Amino acid sequence: MPQPVNAELGQVSELFMLLASIAYVVALVFFVLDLVKSSSTIGALESRLADEKAAPARSLAGVGARGAGATTSAVPTAPATADDSMDYGSGPRRGRARVAVSLTVLAAVIHGAAVITRGIAAHRVPWGNMYEFCTTGAFLVALIFLVTLTRKDLRFVGSFVVGLVVIMLCAATVGFPTPVARLIPALQSYWLIVHVSIAVASSALFTITFAMSVLQLLQTSREAKLLAGKADTARFLRLVPSALSLENLSYRLNAVAFVGWTFTLMAGAIWAEQAWGRYWGWDTKEVWTFVIWTVYAGYLHARATRGWTGTRAAWLSIVGYLCIVFNFTIVNIYFSGLHSYSGV
Amino acid sequence: MPRGLTTDGKGTVKQDVSQDTKHRAGAARAGSDVVLPSLGFLGTLRWAWTQLTSMRTALFLLLLLAVAAVPGSLFPQRPANPAVVTQYLQDNPDTGPVLDWFQLFDVYSSVWFSAIYLLLFVSLIGCVIPRAVAHFRAVRSKPPRTPKRLSRLPVYGTLEVPAGRVQDAGLTPTTAVEQAAALLKKRGYRVDVRDAGTERPSVGAERGLAKELGNLVFHTSLIGVLVSVAVGGLFGYNGQKVIVEGDSFVNTLIGYDSFNPGSNFSDDQLTPYSLRLDSFDVRFDREQESHYGQPLDFTATVTTQEGPGEDEEQQVLKVNAPLTIGGTNVYLVGNGYAPLVTVRDGEGNIASQGPVVSVPSDGLYTSLFVLKAPDAKPDQLGFVGFFLPTAFIDEQGVSFSRDPDPFNPQLNLNSYYGDLGLDDGTPENVYVLDTENLTELNSRNNDDGGIVLGVGQTYDLPEGKGSVTFDGLKRYIALDIHHDPGEVGALVFSTLALLGLTASLFIGRRRLWIRTGEHPDGRIMLEYGLLARGEDPRLLAEGRAVEKLLADRWLVPSATAGEHREQEAARSAAGSAHHDAKDI
Ligand code: HEM
Repeated sequence: MPQPVNAELGQVSELFMLLASIAYVVALVFFVLDLVKSSSTIGALESRLADEKAAPARSLAGVGARGAGATTSAVPTAPATADDSMDYGSGPRRGRARVAVSLTVLAAVIHGAAVITRGIAAHRVPWGNMYEFCTTGAFLVALIFLVTLTRKDLRFVGSFVVGLVVIMLCAATVGFPTPVARLIPALQSYWLIVHVSIAVASSALFTITFAMSVLQLLQTSREAKLLAGKADTARFLRLVPSALSLENLSYRLNAVAFVGWTFTLMAGAIWAEQAWGRYWGWDTKEVWTFVIWTVYAGYLHARATRGWTGTRAAWLSIVGYLCIVFNFTIVNIYFSGLHSYSGV
Repeated sequence: MPRGLTTDGKGTVKQDVSQDTKHRAGAARAGSDVVLPSLGFLGTLRWAWTQLTSMRTALFLLLLLAVAAVPGSLFPQRPANPAVVTQYLQDNPDTGPVLDWFQLFDVYSSVWFSAIYLLLFVSLIGCVIPRAVAHFRAVRSKPPRTPKRLSRLPVYGTLEVPAGRVQDAGLTPTTAVEQAAALLKKRGYRVDVRDAGTERPSVGAERGLAKELGNLVFHTSLIGVLVSVAVGGLFGYNGQKVIVEGDSFVNTLIGYDSFNPGSNFSDDQLTPYSLRLDSFDVRFDREQESHYGQPLDFTATVTTQEGPGEDEEQQVLKVNAPLTIGGTNVYLVGNGYAPLVTVRDGEGNIASQGPVVSVPSDGLYTSLFVLKAPDAKPDQLGFVGFFLPTAFIDEQGVSFSRDPDPFNPQLNLNSYYGDLGLDDGTPENVYVLDTENLTELNSRNNDDGGIVLGVGQTYDLPEGKGSVTFDGLKRYIALDIHHDPGEVGALVFSTLALLGLTASLFIGRRRLWIRTGEHPDGRIMLEYGLLARGEDPRLLAEGRAVEKLLADRWLVPSATAGEHREQEAARSAAGSAHHDAKDI
């Protein structure tokens, strides 16, 4: 006879979840403030540079006539702009960004505690219904982001990633509130642990690459504008590395996530074989898992196909992520199928 | 701008060697943008093949496959749910047939879906074979010759061994190269020392051939998965069976309630094992307010026998834990209540007796109940209604179930008499009563009212048509029984695919050259260069590691270790997979 669930601990977990959400929101505010501050710093710096240039330009007529590229080529050397290697550079301290990261760490710690207490309260892994997929998934997004931060300066996607974490937590608490409970027989399998954990981790990675692909598209159009000699309207993108280096890093993350997703699909098939007697039956959830897999396989191919790198590849990465969101929300809620465990 | 180099709009220079031409070494000699005057039949075929096996086509087909899979989740599918499709066609008499014509209810066996994936796989085979041949050659050939100017490579560095150290160690340019080669070999490189004994000996080294091997294994395994699925479809079978507590199932064609043979199935594939349901235990959540009555455990205790005359064995069957017997897997996929009911006809004889399987329609086991008594005389009798495990009556006087456990089992029935339409031999759904040609005896809408029965109660039908008795209650389980000979193959090939994919994505394929020379003052100078094939973000780190290895070998203080540099182009474009050693 398994132990009964611990409802009080479940409530403690929900309290932690709330505290974590608040901390994330504050962190988000600081990430945004950092972007605002940095882009205004850059703005000021830029106009000063422009002034300095304007003066000698007149006396050195003919020598400095390098055209529109001149101003832009001077800017990337200005402090507070992004380095394509995404290593931590020697730029000025971004105080607000530091606060934001510290707050994210704090939030993630509380969030982790919430996830763990939820698991302890239910005497099982904390991913058995929509609420739990969302909260555990959001935790992984934050964790992966923070781990990546120790190696690369990805603070520029901070507001994006933390924003998504906040959205996921809101979706969980508002959209799918579910008190702790034990699992129905169909979910009582160790494949739940394997299959769902890898699925959630891969989705978390795809979340981060989604953010990077969106930035990549913005950056591409900004780079094109600058090249055409137009004014820079999106100064905050100064903090973001070049489109190409965004593409390269998101490719590496997508590759890891794709292997994870492949494994998710296989583990799901093995579980389906155990539970329903067939490893593949084109159930709605299976269809969408397959669609997502194929789209990202397309993405990997696109990266090796002439004319498909860059913007098109980024679009595929975005479409793939939208399919994941669709699979998780619309399919879980509105489509009937064997996978109707969402607890909604 | 030199020929063969393009910019990609981001100012990065890329080599114009697209992967498709690169990987299909022989196939794509003729550039696809060259318009040839007349191709002829064979020429056209070759042209079509080149197109089909190009990376761009593969990409297009992949994306098309993704899109084509979607409708299968929007429309009900026949293989999964034939009844829902029939219902859909009835509800949408205008659009339904059109959708059906486009095979939107059989997406995954449709002509268009099959065409896409078959083309994709033909394309894949056309891609894999030449690549496998090329890879085989690459494995057998020596690492590529040393480029004249190593300093042009994306990662480049130099190292010098001071004259003192050279003498201590008795080093010459050739022994230095040999020692470097030995170190590289230990590090997993294939090495080849050339120009030994000359003034400028060098070593060419290469590692990461497993990357390409992984890619080939991955793509080939996809074909294996497809073949395994096909084998399952041809030689497999599956069937469904409902067993009431105490009853048995024998694995023969007539033993099944429904049976779906693969296209190459034959009767003698079935092993005549038997399986008896001894008991079925269900446990519901009784602790938690929010999940009260949610199922926690289903356990069937069954007695199996591999064949007539074999030993009996008692086993436990649960959800997620199938039984394996006689080459089949037996799955517990459903359960419900089977009320025991006796029907007596107008002449007082028993027309029907025993458990009647009712179909649960919600989590509280409110179950649909249909009973046909074709043997009743003078008129055949039919009953339709609900079984409620824990019956309650709401304010409107409507009965409903409040709990999935049988605390207050009750039957709520309407009754009919007349011709049940069973005698002409057409197969009938036992769970549906067609009341069109029947006369109503009991219902909430007529004077006699509906029939409400608790356990042990009997109801006498109006007009002396007979009686119905609710004798007791049993549980039943619904089994799916499967035999899929392709299953193991699918598992093996998909595991291989996963391993191949991992190797293909994460192994760095690189080439490395080291060249040495002696300075007139006795120092030995050494330069090295690295080149990646495909994505390799760790190329620079590898350069550093190798440099450190060499410096340690000759005890060169790291301070004198030479300049180290990563070329700007490599920094931005290394990831773009457009480097190829062809032109150096
Ligand atoms: C139709 C014929 C196909 C061709 C010509 C083809 C060709 C290729 C090539 C050349 C690569 C290497 C790309 C690189 O070096 O970065 C590749 C990688 C890959 N292919 Fe295919 N492929 C085909 C079909 C498929 C199919 C059906 C799938 C599965 C959906 C698939 C999944 C992948 C994946 C995931 C990779 C990434 C692994 C890697 O980069 O090595 N391919 N394919």
